[in-house]
Amino acid sequence: MSKAKTVGDLKPGENGTICCFKDDHLSLKLLDMGCLPGTSVEMKFSAPLGDPICIDVEGYSLLLRKAEAHTISLVE
Amino acid sequence: MSTVQRKRIALVGNPNSGKSSLFNQLTGLNQKIGNFPGVTVDKKTGVSVLSNNEKVEIIDLPGTYSIYPKSNDETVVADILLNKEDELFPDVLVVVVDASNLKRNLLLFTQMKDLGLPVILALNMVDMADRIGMGYDLELLEKELGALVISTNARIGEGIDELKKALENKVTVSGGSFFDVTELAKDQITDYLKEHPEDTAYWALQQLTTQGKIEQKDSVQAKDTTLRYGKINRLVKKAEVKKEAVGLKLYSEKIDKFLTHKIWGYVIFLSILFVIFQAIFAWASWPMDLIDIVFSELSAWLSSNLPAGVFTDLLAKGLVPGIGGVLIFIPQIAILFAFISLLEESGYMARVVFLMDKIMRKFGLNGKSVVPLISGVACAIPAIMATRTIENWKERMITIFVTPLMSCSARLPVYTILIALVIPDEYVFGVFNMQGLVLLSLYLLGFIAVLISAYALKRIMKTTERSFLIMELPTYKTPRWKNVGLTILEKVKTFSFEAGKIIIAVSIVLWVLATYGPGDNITNAEEHVKATLVDTNYTEAELNDKVASYKLEHSYVAKLGKAIEPAIKPLGFNWKVGIALVTSFAAREVFVGTMSTIYSIESADGDVNTIKARMGSEINPETGEPYFTLAVGLSLMVFYVFAMQCMSTLAITYRETKGWKWPALQTIYMSGLAYVLSLLTFNLFS
Repeated sequence: MSKAKTVGDLKPGENGTICCFKDDHLSLKLLDMGCLPGTSVEMKFSAPLGDPICIDVEGYSLLLRKAEAHTISLVE
Repeated sequence: MSTVQRKRIALVGNPNSGKSSLFNQLTGLNQKIGNFPGVTVDKKTGVSVLSNNEKVEIIDLPGTYSIYPKSNDETVVADILLNKEDELFPDVLVVVVDASNLKRNLLLFTQMKDLGLPVILALNMVDMADRIGMGYDLELLEKELGALVISTNARIGEGIDELKKALENKVTVSGGSFFDVTELAKDQITDYLKEHPEDTAYWALQQLTTQGKIEQKDSVQAKDTTLRYGKINRLVKKAEVKKEAVGLKLYSEKIDKFLTHKIWGYVIFLSILFVIFQAIFAWASWPMDLIDIVFSELSAWLSSNLPAGVFTDLLAKGLVPGIGGVLIFIPQIAILFAFISLLEESGYMARVVFLMDKIMRKFGLNGKSVVPLISGVACAIPAIMATRTIENWKERMITIFVTPLMSCSARLPVYTILIALVIPDEYVFGVFNMQGLVLLSLYLLGFIAVLISAYALKRIMKTTERSFLIMELPTYKTPRWKNVGLTILEKVKTFSFEAGKIIIAVSIVLWVLATYGPGDNITNAEEHVKATLVDTNYTEAELNDKVASYKLEHSYVAKLGKAIEPAIKPLGFNWKVGIALVTSFAAREVFVGTMSTIYSIESADGDVNTIKARMGSEINPETGEPYFTLAVGLSLMVFYVFAMQCMSTLAITYRETKGWKWPALQTIYMSGLAYVLSLLTFNLFS
């Protein structure tokens, strides 16, 4: 089974383009926050304990937990 | 109440869009803070006077990202705006939009617009947008969005006059929908609009969704949001006017490198907590002592200057100390909220969540629980009030529930006197003072209980609300003192009126119980005391002390103390301690005062050494040894660590949780824990 890369896999400074969501419930919240398929996001930094992480979405900083970041798949 | 119906204007906007600043600018001190019915979401309303002297009512609705609710706050907004019959349904909506983050903010705006409500767009934080090199063609925005756009900078009050001017005129609904949703559920929406031709397609969709008439509503919602954003993106691109950036974003990122650093981040956070802790402990003690002195002087003055009688007694010994007992918390509340408001305003609070989320989540708590817990060391009352920043209901309830287990400053005098009584002032390994070690252990004991209880609750409590953390990390901003000041005022007012009435009522009940007793023992106290005194060589002060002690021993409180003696005997407590446990319910530090009255040393003015000496000389009639042994002392200390003995805390828990369920659970749980652990301690050491 091939595993698509997710936002949770990005290293600080890396970019990715959102492809789709694995969790329907969370996706509605993420859509509200401007994380749309096709949007480019940048992983900025993670909290000292590795979780949560901070990503850049269209010019603003969004905090989310690692588990939530793993529900956002990226375009290969 | 005015007879003329005032125009009602609601402010809506994303969190961090500067909505509260705008509200403060519009209303100033004409604010009223309440609760939305049934939920603990702050409801802020105020009155604004327009330049033509018309008064309008302003409602500050909770921050929200979308009309589709994802949290309690957002549900409140949707409930009001989707119900024309709601008593808060506005005549005009002002949507506050953060210009430095236009795309995401326009989602909410276009939703509001499409509901068919009269809207004005307040394009706020234009200075921020300027600094990151973002400018917009306002005329184009007005035309495409079909609404009046007013550029504001609410932090310094720019654009407020223009906004007020616009509110003087009738705001009409102009143009069609920004995004037509009819295609998303064509049949249902068309049918709905046939029956309600005056409504818009978006209004129809929202009504149908809440009525459960839309199949696959999640997918419809996802389509609506995605397509709407697509249209917004195209509009923003068209309206953008690029300017030269000053690099504000980089500035914020540089601060974050430091403040969320894996070592410095925690060092700085701990230092900030230490300063807050110091401030509530040290700075507040000064005004608190002053309030204490003023009220005890007033009480003494009333006793000696008013004609003696029940009324004077009630006033001087029941009501005045009761009011004093409420006011005494105000300095701590004011100082704590000054800090919290500074942390929120500057954007640092979001970093606290970032730093602490992983650790706190393990215990069912939230990154934001740290501040209430630390504040709990000073006083549980402001600490519980501070839990409002926690959005998740379960995490907030757990935090409220466990906060009183942190050893508050009112326990300190109790610990001090008991430690002095039973713990030798010796050194262990030559460096550690025994008394200091015991004191430290008591604080740690409370903290460990917090973690274990929180963890247990996390496992027990069921919730339908999923815990997720998806939040904006706002850029750093200089706090506005006006906002800080208004927050302090609001919190102090809430506490004084809401918790204050319960505290005063209970103090009066306690006063009645301590002043009156069955039979004529109380009224004839002086004769009884004189009759028992063999030695006639006593001073008036000594006589008064003995009389006071005699009265207390024969009051209803003493009856209660004696009644609970069988229950507390296994813990090593006699009825005298029982009296102190009952009176401690007013506030824990009352323990010391009660002890000094029982041991008739009131006139010694509560001097710790005197009380200590008297308590130390109490003999246990069964053993003939001193009554306060190590086992009794430790058992009593443990009891004070855990027991829920603070009516003010219960009053505030009641207020914050909207019911007696949580205060009742707190009392049963904490007091049960206290009983079991005291029992254990007593048996272990005796």
